[in-house]
Amino acid sequence: MSARLAAVAVIAAALLAPAAGAEQSASLTEIEKQVMCPVCGTLLQLAESPQAQRERVFINRLIDEGRSEEEVKDALVAEYGDEVLALPPDSGFSLSAYVVPIVAFLIAAAALAVGILRWRRGGPGGTAPRQGSGPSGADAERLDADLARYDL
Amino acid sequence: MAAVAGSTPVVRFFVSARSFIAVLGVLAVVGLLVFGLLSKGSSGVAVGDLAPVESLPRLEGSGSESLADYRGRWVLVNFWASWCPPCRAEAADLQRFQERLGGPEFTVLGIDSRDLTDDGVEFVERYAMTYPQLRDGDGDTAQAFGTTGLPESFLIDPRGKVRLHAPGEVDEAYLDEEVAPLLSGGKS
Repeated sequence: MSARLAAVAVIAAALLAPAAGAEQSASLTEIEKQVMCPVCGTLLQLAESPQAQRERVFINRLIDEGRSEEEVKDALVAEYGDEVLALPPDSGFSLSAYVVPIVAFLIAAAALAVGILRWRRGGPGGTAPRQGSGPSGADAERLDADLARYDL
Repeated sequence: MAAVAGSTPVVRFFVSARSFIAVLGVLAVVGLLVFGLLSKGSSGVAVGDLAPVESLPRLEGSGSESLADYRGRWVLVNFWASWCPPCRAEAADLQRFQERLGGPEFTVLGIDSRDLTDDGVEFVERYAMTYPQLRDGDGDTAQAFGTTGLPESFLIDPRGKVRLHAPGEVDEAYLDEEVAPLLSGGKS
């Protein structure tokens, strides 16, 4: 029984180890690519302002405390607000930053497909009037009557 | 349009549905642009305008305050940050001005903008600042005032209107010559 328990413990430890490793892998270099220098309006990675230096010191302090990447970013949001994140959060109105481009792309693709289909049906002279496409029957009679009234 | 008017109801439905979707799309794009302009393109306040009264958390301790809480008093709102060298240079002068003229009729009000809380608290302690301090971590209030840098100061009258705007560092001479006369009603 105890041997079985030990085996379960070893397997559980092996499964949890990578996750724990990922939690500890926060690094300034990686976080700098994902957050902004709020004063400069650029990625922290590219910023050299005094505020950016203080932001780096803050991040390093949290990393030294053993905080994960997500925890560091949460702490930055608590200090500077959502705008410190280089990518907007995927909730609330900020979600539109992800949804609008996708919807716009789909609409544009659909419009392009419809346009190509129509162009192919119309042939190379797509804008030229097609034969037999004029009004007929009652429509033709009404058109003639209308034109007769505008005797220029 | 004549072709649509003379066509079948099904064709008319699709044409009108298409137009509706196109108009909806244009409205959505315009709406997004307007939202972006309104949320980002704040032009700030000018002398004579009412000052923004967003509530802000206190830099030290809990709770929040708004400029509306200071109605009936003159308030010199000073935007600063611990990482800003001119803010360090003016800190002592502002504190002395508060010690001389601060009271029921007037106060300096510091707003620590786009700064780390711990850095801000340390700054206040280092310069022994005794006037109230609020925290504007995301810089939204500074943006609402239309600041273009730090430090910047705004003198707000008892009715909440901006009476003076001082972009950049202030010193004792400026405070005595430009701010103090307004507090005593000697300058309009």
